[in-house]
Amino acid sequence: MDITNLTFLFYGYSAAWIIITAFVFLLVSRGRRIDRELARLRSLVADKEKS
Amino acid sequence: MREKAIYILAILAAVVMISNLKTVFTGLPDEAMQGAIYRIIFIHVPAAINADIFFTISLVTSILFLMKKNFFWDSVSVSCIEVGTMLVLLNLVTGSIWGRNQWGVWWAWDLRMTSQLMCFLLYLGYLLVRPAIAEPTQRATLSAFIAIFAYADIPLVLMAIRLPNVRTQHPGPVLETGTMAAEFRAPFAIGILAIFLICSALVLIRLHQETAQREIDSLRRELHSV
Repeated sequence: MDITNLTFLFYGYSAAWIIITAFVFLLVSRGRRIDRELARLRSLVADKEKS
Repeated sequence: MREKAIYILAILAAVVMISNLKTVFTGLPDEAMQGAIYRIIFIHVPAAINADIFFTISLVTSILFLMKKNFFWDSVSVSCIEVGTMLVLLNLVTGSIWGRNQWGVWWAWDLRMTSQLMCFLLYLGYLLVRPAIAEPTQRATLSAFIAIFAYADIPLVLMAIRLPNVRTQHPGPVLETGTMAAEFRAPFAIGILAIFLICSALVLIRLHQETAQREIDSLRRELHSV
């Protein structure tokens, strides 16, 4: 492979993978938050129904 | 079942993507005019094509929501738009890096690039407006209208480099004109497939979160009524 323009090729692919990875992290952290909230609300509803 | 599908899609996507990147970086020759940098096309264009696919799905599901008032279609719509917007951002950033190398500027305000930026801003607007509306039916209805309105930009993006009297800085179409070398076509098509598989897995994850979010909304309503 010719090394001409290789730096910009590296920038391009790095940027692409950074964007995809950041999106996946965002999804995972939101998923965890939703799971925690769901568990909290389920236990609250169960407690209210008992009392 | 859904989790299994996500794992299968993700593994398949990783295998297809890695083998395609190996071909792109070690199996293909450099382009005569551009050198190595042309390889950005194997992620830049597939990202744009997949964004258009997911935005088209969101258009159909938004119309279906307005017709049937089924929240499943709203969930599919927002999931596809979120992934599609990420793909448009990826397309804009990689294109800008290629442009800096080939044209000497990061950005040119030509029709293709400006309409693609508009597309990104319209769908970003959709994602920002959505959480601001608390009532679920109202939120889904308004979101569906915005999704349909935003889609009007897609034909403009597609036609921007095909209109006869418009001069653009952006390169012309290479697929239908046959100017892409035969050896580049297979990795290009596989690149589209790889990104489609990755993004389908992400849409399924997002869809699962939307379903959970609806359950949270209904539990909150139940708590208030008790």
